[in-house]
Amino acid sequence: MEEEDNRPRTVADVAKALAEHGYLADEGLATAIFLALRLRRPLFLEGDAGVGKTEVAKVIAAWTGGELLRLQCYEGISLAQAAYEWDYPRQLLHLRAVEATGESARQAEDEIYDERFLVRRPLLRALEPTLGPPPVLLVDEIDRADDEFEAFLLEILSEYAVTVPELGTVRAEVPPAVVLTSNRTRDVHDALKRRCLYHWVEHPDFEREVEIVRLRAPEASERLAREIAAAAAALRELGLYKSPGVAETIDWAASVAALGQSELTAATAEVTLGAVLKYQEDLARVRAAGLSDIVRAAVLRSG
Amino acid sequence: MPGEAERLVVTFAACLRRAGLDVPPGAVVAFAQALDAVGLTDRGGVYWAGRATLVRRPEDRGVFDRVFAEFFENRPALTVLPAPRPVTLGVDEPLEEGLPASEPETSPEDEDTVQVRYSAVEVLRHQDFARYGADEWAEARRLIAALRSRSENRPTRRLRPARTGTSLDLPRTVRAALASDGEALRRAWRREGERARRVVFLVDISGSMEPYARAFLRFAHTAVVSRPAGSIEVFVLGTRVTRITRPLSSRDPDAALADAGRLVEDWYGGTRLGEGLRTFNDRWGARGTARGAVLVILSDGWDRGEPEQLETEMARLRRVSHRIVWVNPLRASPGYEPIARGMAAALPYVDDFVDGHSIASLEGLVDVLAGSPSR
Repeated sequence: MEEEDNRPRTVADVAKALAEHGYLADEGLATAIFLALRLRRPLFLEGDAGVGKTEVAKVIAAWTGGELLRLQCYEGISLAQAAYEWDYPRQLLHLRAVEATGESARQAEDEIYDERFLVRRPLLRALEPTLGPPPVLLVDEIDRADDEFEAFLLEILSEYAVTVPELGTVRAEVPPAVVLTSNRTRDVHDALKRRCLYHWVEHPDFEREVEIVRLRAPEASERLAREIAAAAAALRELGLYKSPGVAETIDWAASVAALGQSELTAATAEVTLGAVLKYQEDLARVRAAGLSDIVRAAVLRSG
Repeated sequence: MPGEAERLVVTFAACLRRAGLDVPPGAVVAFAQALDAVGLTDRGGVYWAGRATLVRRPEDRGVFDRVFAEFFENRPALTVLPAPRPVTLGVDEPLEEGLPASEPETSPEDEDTVQVRYSAVEVLRHQDFARYGADEWAEARRLIAALRSRSENRPTRRLRPARTGTSLDLPRTVRAALASDGEALRRAWRREGERARRVVFLVDISGSMEPYARAFLRFAHTAVVSRPAGSIEVFVLGTRVTRITRPLSSRDPDAALADAGRLVEDWYGGTRLGEGLRTFNDRWGARGTARGAVLVILSDGWDRGEPEQLETEMARLRRVSHRIVWVNPLRASPGYEPIARGMAAALPYVDDFVDGHSIASLEGLVDVLAGSPSR
């Protein structure tokens, strides 16, 4: 099948396109995304919570125009929730209706395993033919699912096909863009990782974080964005249980801006601290270390 | 791709393998394709193409960077890692294998000999590991390898077909209805299944713990190889925290323990328990490794750090784990009271406080892990 190839040509194209859609990727991440799209392989993203792994899939969808199909993993997730299941109540009703017309059960069997009764879940939908660009499949927090599900996912990602026994095999003409994320609460099986390109998403450096905050929380002033990024960096030095990620920095900047402030003061920081720190022990620790000192130092350093 | 680039890719992969990275052939092919896509002109492109295709774990980034610098820039990396010091871990015994007790001397008094041997094992079972000689270790290895742990099960959310159950199995019900002209005469059921609950061993490897840690790591190895993959995790706490689950999963205990030994840099030095538990909590525990798990801590509770820190970290562990078992080899000593500062701080958070000085006490631990009440 001759189709126009709209895969990106260079890493720089990717970085630029992502930035236009509100995501600032460093060189490593941009290269990994470029390769995933270019080589049509799944992208496995690992990293601390809040570094923007899930965002990657969303921004690829926004950029390529492919539909975003999100599969949030959890323990016990199965084929029925991930790929497809039959609409059993409707099948039973249909059987009843058929019975009333006096048809045989043999015929009824063919009828009830018809596409009409199939409920499509993200994995199946990602493989079905589409008119537009290929969809973007986000398999979020794969580390929460169990090994049975990993094995099943591996099967799908190696063939880009799902078999529904009653209907036949659905195979993607053009593989979807696939992004898997993991917070690394456990090691995902090596076989699955081997199928994928791998990237460990790092916390951004100071200047990049300022840019990200500016982009994602445009209501915050330049000055505020710098002060917030510096203060977040200082908080990360304290060895907290849950160090603030970029997501928290953005929330923090948005919170302070929502209070009508254009700069960070100790008083504002105190009342908005809940946007950055999510553990009582961390709040206590920061207060013990002297929040006003941290803020003052951060403001000085941000200049 | 031209032949030269291919040779470069393969040689680079070989260097990574030599440095200890696991590079499957599929990854080498992917690397070649990636280079084809990004081109060879830009150092950053080549580096990140390699990172995305040849590295699959954050721990391997350091090795990759080092080999990359040596290979593509022809200069030794600035941070040269010290060559791993071979540490022989486990029970070193002289090569005079076997015959720990007396073998039958081809005499007719078989009964007697068996009796002697049996009681020798009995004595050994209760002997303190610290008083073992080489012969005893040899025998103990065999006994510990036979200690198959049975861990508790926990309910899972995954539903399995069952004769009776909590929710209707519609796929099977519809199938059965087909046989009876669309009438759902027989209903099929599903219920929640069970899985082995994760067990996490945290082994204190400070100097005072040496004989006990040796025996205990054998015990942990048996558990890793005999339980379902992923249901056992093993960490050692010294001046740093090292996860040794991977090396311990190879079948042969001696090879497994030797592998683990090479990974750990701080055998039998000091320990800051509180600090160690904190690192464990930050990097693994609170993220999920300890969540819903049975935590087994082997330590004598001597902590050179602040007891407040140990207490805080125990409280954190307590909040995420299912149960905490503390194995203390000193507990069996006559007149022992848990008054070591660390032990006293930790005790309120411990569900089962058990002995760990002998094979008999490890047998007791097997029961505790299986969910039987501690004695």
